[in-house]
Amino acid sequence: MKFRTLLRHFRESFKNIGRNGWMTFASVSAVTVTLTLVGVFLVLMMNLNHIAGNVEKDVEVRAHIDNAANDDDIKAIGKQITEINGIESVIFSPKDEELTNLIDDLGDNGEAFKPFEQDNPLRDVYVIKTKSPQDVIKVAKKIEGMEYIQSVKYGQGYVEKLFSFVNIARNIGIVLIVGLLFTAMFLISNTIKITIVARRKEIEIMRLVGATNTFIRWPFFLEGLWLGVLGSIIPIGLIAVLYYNLYKYAAPQITFKFIDFLPANPFIYQVSAILIVIGAVIGIWGSLMSVRKFLKV
Amino acid sequence: MIEMIDVKKTYPNGVIAINGINVKIKPGEFVYVVGPSGAGKSTFIKMMYREEKPTSGNILVNGVSLPSIRNSKVPLFRRNIGMVFQDFKLLQTFTAYENVAFAMEVIEKEPEEIKKRVMEVLDLVGIKHKARMLPSELSGGEQQRVAIARSIVNDPKVVIADEPTGNLDPETSWEIMNIFEEINKRGTTLVMATHNRDIVNNIKRRVIAIESGKIVRDEHRGDYGYEI
Ligand SMILES: Nc1ncnc2c1ncn2[C@@H]1O[C@H](COP(=O)(O)OP(=O)(O)OP(=O)(O)O)[C@@H](O)[C@H]1O
Ligand SMILES: [Mg+2]
Repeated sequence: MKFRTLLRHFRESFKNIGRNGWMTFASVSAVTVTLTLVGVFLVLMMNLNHIAGNVEKDVEVRAHIDNAANDDDIKAIGKQITEINGIESVIFSPKDEELTNLIDDLGDNGEAFKPFEQDNPLRDVYVIKTKSPQDVIKVAKKIEGMEYIQSVKYGQGYVEKLFSFVNIARNIGIVLIVGLLFTAMFLISNTIKITIVARRKEIEIMRLVGATNTFIRWPFFLEGLWLGVLGSIIPIGLIAVLYYNLYKYAAPQITFKFIDFLPANPFIYQVSAILIVIGAVIGIWGSLMSVRKFLKV
Repeated sequence: MIEMIDVKKTYPNGVIAINGINVKIKPGEFVYVVGPSGAGKSTFIKMMYREEKPTSGNILVNGVSLPSIRNSKVPLFRRNIGMVFQDFKLLQTFTAYENVAFAMEVIEKEPEEIKKRVMEVLDLVGIKHKARMLPSELSGGEQQRVAIARSIVNDPKVVIADEPTGNLDPETSWEIMNIFEEINKRGTTLVMATHNRDIVNNIKRRVIAIESGKIVRDEHRGDYGYEI
């Protein structure tokens, strides 16, 4: 294809947007509605995922070592733990350090534990992080079976509930995604149905005059691209303004320890980029679908 | 040069539209195709621009065997022939100028050449002053002029027309015929299906009469031959 023909296709695609007046409006509206839904959903899902990730990150296994174990035994246990699959880090925390931490954590109340510094009732501890937080339970079970291990703590009960909550939330996300995709396809295929009647004659005539399928497709391809991009403007604006204000004014009100929203700055740009890309893909797909039927190949 | 050899055409619904046609049309000829409604004239014409494929037999246009070209190559073949229809077949969202220019853009001509040539043919068919108008803003006769301009803009060797005056009043029909005569005088082969008895009887040319899918008459300077 010659460069000026490509220019011609660009020119033609812009003209078509004007020529097709209300059909352009209908298609852009369909994309706008879809992308607004997708955008809201993206904001929810990505934040939910972020929060879930934060919570999971805090999950760790604490293996308390029996006082009967000598230094060599402790080293041997450390080595054994490191060899378990899916371990990210193993940190040894001697009982003195444990006590200091405890006293610090408790603040003023910690004073009550000072007398124990002479005769420490705590144990040496291995603090273990797993690569995937969901492996914690499995790893804890393995460590429990080792020698000189007095007890293993990972937030039994609490962790199981947390994981089932996170899993449910993610599954709801997937259901929402699928539902939304169906909505989008329904909206867009409906719009295409309207445009098809008008376009069918147009394409027939183009073929009569000698236009190849590629030649016919190009302006449609570009037109779909512009429609998709146009359709993403309102959703992006809407979501950017809403999220910015939400992050600035509403988020600080929520003081739950682990609820922490994604910072507006890179996040709004990321969501905008995703929405533009989805808009473009939907627009191009819809536009090419509307011509495909009439290009006898 | 157009040649049909033992051509038969049966539509998928079983209607036999063309039932064994042999014909030769030489370069530069002017041929009317006449016959009663449903005789198969449009089918005959459609097979010439590969809108329909014959069920059996062969068709050669400018040396190309039409049944054997692939669907995707059909537009390429059509660049060498001009086509005019009863319903004009103009792109409704394109201006008169754009409709004609489109046929040149398709073959990637230089923009300068397109501008020059499009205005030239619009002038030839007498519609240059309405170049910026949309088909909906033009009369039937004017739209047909645009369609004719488009059919000849790339200098095809053959122009095929199916009832080009079918939707036009007698006076406008004569004006359109003058344009066709002019085009034919320049050496373009012209095949035209028509019901217009006055035209056929006054502008005497070769007449091919089709009835029930067969050629029943082929005269060098024929008459329309049917009562209305
Ligand atoms: N696409 C089609 N499918 C099935 N049958 C068709 C089709 N097109 C035409 N026919 C049938 O083929 C026969 C010839 O039709 P054709 O259109 O060639 O006639 P015609 O001579 O052009 O008639 P008219 O003068 O009315 O335009 C008719 O019986 C018609 O019903
Ligand atoms: Mg007909």
